[in-house]
Amino acid sequence: MKSFQKATAALLASLMLVSSAGCGSNTTPASSAAPAGSSAPAANTDSAKTLRIYGWNTEFQDRFNTYFKDAGKLPEGINVEWVITPNENNAYQNKLDADLKAQDSAADKIDIFLIEADYALKYVDSDYTLDVKGDVGLTDDDLKDQYQYTKDIATDSNGKLKAVSWQATPGLFAYRRSIAKDILGSDDPAKVQQALSDWDKFNAVAKTAADKGYKMLSGYDDSYRTFANNITSPWVDANDTIHIDPIMMKWVDQTKEFTDKNYNNKTSLWAPEWGADQGPNGKVFGFFYSTWGINFTLLGNSLATPVAEGGKAEVGNGVYGDYAVCQGPANYYWGGSWICGAKGSDNVDLVRDVMKTLTCDAATMKKITEDTEDFTNNQTAMGELAKSDYKSAFLGGQNHIALFAEAAPKINMKNISKYDQGMTEEFQKAFKDYFDGNVTKDQALDNFYKAIIEKYPNLKRAS
Amino acid sequence: MPGTTLTKPEASSSQQYPASNGANKKTKGVSYSKWGYFFIAPFFLAFAVFSLVPLISTFYNSFFENYWVGLTQVGPRFVGLQNYSTLFSDGDLAAYAGNTAIIWLMGFLPQIIFSLLLAVWFTDLRLHLRAAGFFKTVIYLPNLIMAAAFSMLFFTLFSDSGPVNSILLSMGMESPYRFLANVWSTRGLVALMNFLMWYGNTTILLMAAILGIDTALFEAAEIDGATAFESFRKITLPLIRPILVYVLITSLIGGIQMFDVPQILTNGNGNPNRTSLTLVMYLNKHLFSENVGMAGAVSVLLFVVSAVLSVIVYFSIREKKQPKGGAGK
Repeated sequence: MKSFQKATAALLASLMLVSSAGCGSNTTPASSAAPAGSSAPAANTDSAKTLRIYGWNTEFQDRFNTYFKDAGKLPEGINVEWVITPNENNAYQNKLDADLKAQDSAADKIDIFLIEADYALKYVDSDYTLDVKGDVGLTDDDLKDQYQYTKDIATDSNGKLKAVSWQATPGLFAYRRSIAKDILGSDDPAKVQQALSDWDKFNAVAKTAADKGYKMLSGYDDSYRTFANNITSPWVDANDTIHIDPIMMKWVDQTKEFTDKNYNNKTSLWAPEWGADQGPNGKVFGFFYSTWGINFTLLGNSLATPVAEGGKAEVGNGVYGDYAVCQGPANYYWGGSWICGAKGSDNVDLVRDVMKTLTCDAATMKKITEDTEDFTNNQTAMGELAKSDYKSAFLGGQNHIALFAEAAPKINMKNISKYDQGMTEEFQKAFKDYFDGNVTKDQALDNFYKAIIEKYPNLKRAS
Repeated sequence: MPGTTLTKPEASSSQQYPASNGANKKTKGVSYSKWGYFFIAPFFLAFAVFSLVPLISTFYNSFFENYWVGLTQVGPRFVGLQNYSTLFSDGDLAAYAGNTAIIWLMGFLPQIIFSLLLAVWFTDLRLHLRAAGFFKTVIYLPNLIMAAAFSMLFFTLFSDSGPVNSILLSMGMESPYRFLANVWSTRGLVALMNFLMWYGNTTILLMAAILGIDTALFEAAEIDGATAFESFRKITLPLIRPILVYVLITSLIGGIQMFDVPQILTNGNGNPNRTSLTLVMYLNKHLFSENVGMAGAVSVLLFVVSAVLSVIVYFSIREKKQPKGGAGK
């Protein structure tokens, strides 16, 4: 017995030695090789040969690959590295912020990163972005065709342009033609627009729709941006005090009315139920969507058999072709991506080429619109398409570019602030409880203040 | 039956003798105690680096105003106890503590009852359940799923257009029941998940405790005419009390730290109306702005509360036990 125990112990001990020796011999060369390969001098050349791009989805990646890389504009020997982090729960910004703060000491420098309108000012008003004209080297002449609002968003408090976009994102109201025929007697965009041209008329149509068994909107947040983009003062004033614009409370009251009268389906933005409402089994009259939402999200949701499962984007698959767009009761925009040059980038010339090709070159931008139905940020190209016989099969043959081209110059970006993203998220969340009937309006407002001050501890309640 | 009672004492006595012999031999030789310290040193090193230092720095950080607004840092500026006074003056902390306690109790009460019942059944000599090993594995299985995945699963199952609502609708309900838009159904789901995840673990622990009781006691009680319930109340319960205390304390501390399940089920909001927002979810809210000061203050409070609760529970149950044991003997 004893000798057996001794033998076992010896065996185990020798096993441990062998395994630890094994670990040692495995790790040592690997770990010593890594620093040797990427030590200081080598790192610089590596980073200069790598175009490192941060984004939250593959939209820009697709544009970049098709219209820059595949168009042969990427110089030889340059390697493109994508760092894509989803937006959910602020993950993208957290990752981006952490890496930007470490930019000076990083071996691989960020060259380009993308931002969205809701939080654009956070980066535009910081030292982490390059001046598009001063540092990157685009000229006023290059930028003259871009819509003014896309430049306003990306201009910092000193008047420097910090980011450029390849798209403009005016919003429209996308409705189902078949339902419009049923409740309004016509699916003609001009006639539907007449019936929806202000909020009183919109509410009246909602009642008709409900009487016929349809829902006017899908959920609580659908009309949010048509109100939120028309606020008369920024969310936060110079003293860090929160101001809730009266128009926001109009959104609250309208949505509560819609919910109580069953004019909507009680869904939330991006929820599966919300997506399903846009598909073949949906009973919802329409959705407020901006440019990318129509060719990207709505089109995908409208199909009975998704493209990924072998379905084709064509009439006959789901409700493809049954949608049309009109201006709706208010001007608004939603989303949009801007390209920033990162401070400390070691590929500034390449950044300039990317910006110039994708956001200033009329030919490229016209082609993007023709290929993808996206609305690009070039007034000349879009003006040409608006007047042409351009047709969208998805929208039943409508030339929606004409409507976008009309709406884009009307967008007013005066009242954006760097807190907009937090405000939007928390306002929608807090009032969801009110629409659900769990809290009073005052409690919801109180919850909104609580949540927003947790996010931005420097802000104060309006007294 | 008598055979089993006979073999047990024999086995235990035969084990005792060599053990005591070995002890006698060791005390004669050199002291090996320094090797004991040597062997436990890695734990203390790891504890110091990964637990003690962060713990102390949390206390330190809780006295500073230090957060980010966008890409601009505010602070760090020493503010003394201001973070704590903000926490208490808001008055919400009590509500979140209440949420945590309610959800924990909703999960723990059924968990302990169910686990006790199962543990007694599995160990009962007269019932002699077949395939106990199989069932032990099955009830432990929910604990193997990651809490986040489990929560995501429930989120999908109980969503407004999820399978549970489809079943309810096909059974004749008029409109879907919105589980996650109602206070008690949301809390109930969180409690249910915690219950499902932990009752297996508790059952195994309690079974181990019950198996440690000398079976002669049960047989004697049976011969004296005790019912199953009487022997459970008078023999099993008092003798597994130390393990019960252990289960209670670990579950209590786990309950105070409840985070992943409600966080994912309610998308981090503690909906509706913040009624399922637990203390750690509240702590997590401060991480959006990297508000180290406030988050530190919340953490320190959590630490104090867990420590106090553990001490209270530990002593209240121990002191009752010792006089009783002494009186019995």
